[in-house]
Amino acid sequence: MNINVKPKSESRAQPEQKLSVVDCDIHPATKSASELFPFMAKRWQEHAVTYGSHVRQGLSEGLAHPRMTPDVARLDAWPEDGSTPGSDPEFMRKQHLDANGVELGILIPLGRSGSHQRNLDYGAALCSAVNDWQISKFCDFDKRFRASITVTQEDAPTAVAEINKRAKERRFVQVLLPPRSQEPLGRRRYWPIYEAAVANKLPIGLHLGGMGGHPSTGSGMPSYYIEEHTSMVQTMQALIASMVIEGVFEKFPELQIVLIEGGFTWEPALRWRLDKHWKRFKSEVPHLKRAPSEYVIEHFRFTTQPIDEPEDPRDMRHIVDWIGVERLMFSTDYPHWDYDDPRYALNHLGLSEAEKRKIFSGNAKGFYGLQ
Amino acid sequence: MSRSTATVTASARHAQGTSIYGVEAIDCDVHVAVPSMNALVPYLDDYWRESVTTRGLERHSLNITGQPANAPVFARPDWRPAEGAPGTDLGALSKHLDAFGTKFAVANCMYGAQVLHHEDMAAALCGAVNEWIAREWLDREPRLRASIVLPIQNPKNCVEEIERRAGDKRFVQVLVPVMGEMTLGRRYYWPIYEACERHGLAVGIHAGSSYRYAPTSVGWTSYLFEDYVAQSAAFENQLLSFVAEGVFAKFPALKVVLMESGFAWLPPFLWRANKTWRGVRAETPWVKRSPGEIVREHVRITLQPVDEPPNREQLERTIEQIGSDSVLLFSTDFPHWHFDGLAALPEGLSPALVKKILLENPVETYSRLRDESAPKEIRQ
Repeated sequence: MNINVKPKSESRAQPEQKLSVVDCDIHPATKSASELFPFMAKRWQEHAVTYGSHVRQGLSEGLAHPRMTPDVARLDAWPEDGSTPGSDPEFMRKQHLDANGVELGILIPLGRSGSHQRNLDYGAALCSAVNDWQISKFCDFDKRFRASITVTQEDAPTAVAEINKRAKERRFVQVLLPPRSQEPLGRRRYWPIYEAAVANKLPIGLHLGGMGGHPSTGSGMPSYYIEEHTSMVQTMQALIASMVIEGVFEKFPELQIVLIEGGFTWEPALRWRLDKHWKRFKSEVPHLKRAPSEYVIEHFRFTTQPIDEPEDPRDMRHIVDWIGVERLMFSTDYPHWDYDDPRYALNHLGLSEAEKRKIFSGNAKGFYGLQ
Repeated sequence: MSRSTATVTASARHAQGTSIYGVEAIDCDVHVAVPSMNALVPYLDDYWRESVTTRGLERHSLNITGQPANAPVFARPDWRPAEGAPGTDLGALSKHLDAFGTKFAVANCMYGAQVLHHEDMAAALCGAVNEWIAREWLDREPRLRASIVLPIQNPKNCVEEIERRAGDKRFVQVLVPVMGEMTLGRRYYWPIYEACERHGLAVGIHAGSSYRYAPTSVGWTSYLFEDYVAQSAAFENQLLSFVAEGVFAKFPALKVVLMESGFAWLPPFLWRANKTWRGVRAETPWVKRSPGEIVREHVRITLQPVDEPPNREQLERTIEQIGSDSVLLFSTDFPHWHFDGLAALPEGLSPALVKKILLENPVETYSRLRDESAPKEIRQ
């Protein structure tokens, strides 16, 4: 996973991946900040150079919980020229798409995202540049790539305009939002974004992360990366609770959400918890017409990576049954350190061939309307 | 099973020394509530007594934002006293213990003193609450045990309060809310854990927040319902903090009890924590065993509210997935409303597990309950 034990050429000599794969989480990267400049007005290029990233945390570029590997990446995912993992489409094609039989790969751009910028106009410029850049650098390079629309969620009208502008390009398959925004994403300030997504028949993708300015626990920031990384799971739980309890799905019954890289084994317990306490809190939330679990089941899908590995693999099978095979979509998180290899990652789930076809490709094709 | 065996009369059970479940039962989470500041005034020193008057503190209810007394979840209709807030009536609590045939019950007082910013005021008020608990509750109801309400704003004050109460063996644990100023595993708090280990006190962490920060990592929620659901996530954060900081490596005899947030969230949390630990354990080399192993050894969870799945098979699987029959502790969460009648135990648990939950696990967790002579010695 994380340690170079073999030369690169040898590490690729693995059993052939025969199943068709739709990878719902691939991270493209820039080689440098200036790679986005061709897609930005001169004014914002200068801003990027002069002021740079202005965000709701103490370090402007990196996170204050340093990762355990350079650039959070697999050590074998560095292109030969030493450029950032994910920044060389040719290398990505060879190491990942071809080697793993990836039929379609959905890009989740995280670095240099405008979603976190406190300067909303700079954020909008960055988001727009990242959207152009995905198409130009990746989708035009290999027809298997699909892109995600990044937006400035804290400025809903601008986000809506960006969604409407991009939706015509069919290679954009979702609107990408950071789970950690300034407020819980169920709050009404974000509803215009959902309205635009529904109007354009686009789902919302929520990939773990974000810089909303709130500590990652209700008791402040944790000390270690192991805590910070794991706290993303609780972020996803809070997100589901917010969107369900605020009544987002009463307002937008066609809205579909996919939670990316947040895991899924916790979903049944959360659903039970929501239903249990709804019995007592009904009078506080009379706008909910149905049990919370029904909204969760209808509106949330999950990508598989990082797949949990309980001591007893039967536990995984139970969880998959409780969630439903239809709601899971395979992802690798390439090129990050906790990457899931399609040859091995789901073997302990005890899936039938038909179930494998659904999770590895069929569910995502249906969800995103991919061909 | 709970309903079928509930037909035995209370007095008959008392004679047998058993609960409605046929074995002795220890209820590890019942609530007592401070009715008003005036109840505490007799237990304050002159300075703070005067402050209460001159600053008008008696007009300040110190109601906790996360726990409005009239919200249905916090007040079961038939457990609500004729007068005053739920949890303020000793008679109602004694009746509750009678109804279940409870041998001991651990009383927790969630009080706004733990939220104040003035750490000396917090220490004075927590000290008064603990004295009030001893005099007004423990002295009057021999089945009652209690948690020491800690002025968590300052660890030094916490240790002083622990030292002050430790001689009274009816205090069996300390009490802090799950969300506060810092993650609880941090070394800043270790003097508290040293004192707890030395005195055989469990560290009780209860649902609740001082709202120093938003209760979720995604920001301020709109509804109390969301806050209540979010408690389990806060417990997950704190568990990993205890593990990652190495608290249990430093204090191997320490027990942590998580109260009032269910347990169905535990197995998937441990799977994730184990997997992440395997990947990044070089960061915390003092964590030598998996988080799952450590948690199963040191952490206990009170039963109610059971975040119950829709069917029995799922509940059985979930309990199996915990991977230990030592984790769950019986609780009713009186006077909070999670179940009706006497149906505090989920149906379908094996008799062996029921006995573990009701009696063996609580006794193993609260070492002070093992000292049976304690109540007589310290009663005045």
